[in-house]
Amino acid sequence: MSLNVVADYAKEMRRKIISMLGLSGSGHPGGSLSATDILAELYFDGMRVDPSNPKWEDRDRLILSKGHAAPALYAALALKGYFPVEELDNLRKLGSRLQGHPDMKKLPGVDMSSGSLGQGLSAANGMALAGRLDDKDYYVYVIMGDGENQEGQVWEAAMFAAHYKLDHIIAFVDHNRLQIDGNITDVLSPEPLKDKWQSFGWNVQQIDGHNIEQIATAIAAAKQVKAQPSLIIADTIKGKGVSFMENQVSWHGNAPKAQQVEQALSELA
Amino acid sequence: MEEKKKIATRDAYGRALAELAATDKNLVVLDADLSKSTKTADFAAVAPERFFNAGIAEQNMIGVAAGLAACGKTPFVSSFAIFATGRAYEQIRNSVANPQLNVKIAATHAGITVGEDGSTHQSIEDISLMRTLPNMTVVVPADAIETTQAVKELAAFKGPAYLRLGRLATPQVNDENYQFKLGEAVLLRPGRDIAIFACGMMVAVALEAAELLAQENISATVVNVHTIKPLDNDSIIDNAGCCGAAISVEEHSIYGGLGSAIAEVLAENCSVPFARVGIEDKFGQSGSPDALLRVYGLTPTAVATRAKAVIAKKNSK
Repeated sequence: MSLNVVADYAKEMRRKIISMLGLSGSGHPGGSLSATDILAELYFDGMRVDPSNPKWEDRDRLILSKGHAAPALYAALALKGYFPVEELDNLRKLGSRLQGHPDMKKLPGVDMSSGSLGQGLSAANGMALAGRLDDKDYYVYVIMGDGENQEGQVWEAAMFAAHYKLDHIIAFVDHNRLQIDGNITDVLSPEPLKDKWQSFGWNVQQIDGHNIEQIATAIAAAKQVKAQPSLIIADTIKGKGVSFMENQVSWHGNAPKAQQVEQALSELA
Repeated sequence: MEEKKKIATRDAYGRALAELAATDKNLVVLDADLSKSTKTADFAAVAPERFFNAGIAEQNMIGVAAGLAACGKTPFVSSFAIFATGRAYEQIRNSVANPQLNVKIAATHAGITVGEDGSTHQSIEDISLMRTLPNMTVVVPADAIETTQAVKELAAFKGPAYLRLGRLATPQVNDENYQFKLGEAVLLRPGRDIAIFACGMMVAVALEAAELLAQENISATVVNVHTIKPLDNDSIIDNAGCCGAAISVEEHSIYGGLGSAIAEVLAENCSVPFARVGIEDKFGQSGSPDALLRVYGLTPTAVATRAKAVIAKKNSK
């Protein structure tokens, strides 16, 4: 798929994210908007998936380890055709398949339940091991937050992936530099992320996480790496695409009001 | 009671896994640097390509198991009970139990009979932690024979499960013809005066206590409640109801384990004088297993004494 088309999907995803959060009245716009371009490139270009067969054994898997960015994942899955786009309106409502954080038991296309930070990479390790045992060539993609790198389990998982040479794991760090309580380097610095991951035995690239071409190129390069897991540090802007949300930590976990939805959608027209 | 050969449930676990390796190709095993102690090394010896040492990193190990299960594998993960259920509790909750993934947590060195290593390594809260999780099955085998069968049944059963195993070699309470059925408590000895519900190595202790009581013309029922969740409510209600008095016996805290589970059923269905025999509100300590069982009131004599106190309550009504 051409990168322009992917960019169009990304813009449509951002519109859906704003609309669904406006309707739900709660949720996490900032980190959803920062991860949008990565998810768009994966679902509309990079990943081998079939929305008509969400449990396809040979599919690539995606684990949204920063599960609070669920609206971005839901927007991608709906636009890809896993479920009706109208269902996005039910985000976080009682009885909805679109839970506050992704639930693999409820929603088709969700490969792993997530939400409690730090756990996604471990599950990816298991999926990659299973693929190797079964002689399958699927890739397992993971999207982590940069604040999430404060979790000890992430580093247990990092060691495991490198030790077992899980080269079919391609993980992203959505490096938007903000977490609920402020700047990641003020709260508890996980930096220097690149050096840390490299010293843990990973192949590491650092890119502009809003440049579709760079994301696609980095994925292709990661696939060339053998016997080593790959990490892509995607430098992003929290709240990307909505002027009043960009780089504002206050938009980590607050839903826009009706007027703000209107303004955001006009900016994303 | 006839002296039978003592075998640790962890030994039976390792052997059962190794046996299953040949027939169940989906079986994978993970350990956290304790494979010689948990006996998963037996599996590693026959199926090294399906054994993964996660190192001393239990939280990741549980997540790896979840990912393997999400791709159709049947992972058994092992460590000591304190680390498997305590260190990785929230991973078990959110990555295994909630998404109902087919992960079997088989933890050894449960209870105070870990012995000399002391309280840091003696898990007395694990049944409680696992029992409270929706979707989780909890099994505490009484002996090696039951362990072997439980491992096979849990490997075939789809869903998260916790299997609680011990370090200490303990007596056999079942014979070779025994048939383990998940969720069905086993009446080992019928009696009239009090029902003793036990799990794990305390089943053998309960049987000995029943012998002691018999010498005083007290007739005790002994029930092996190997599956704590789902609990065999009918067996609890029937046996406690018949005897009009009951006690529970477990090598675990009296809070949240077998005793609590039975108390909940009895309080709602069949109120009879009842006591929980287990570890009171305190931690373990270093010592030989036998000495610790004595200090914490988990010997046949101590159980018999507690039983008589409950019978006295019944008779004073």
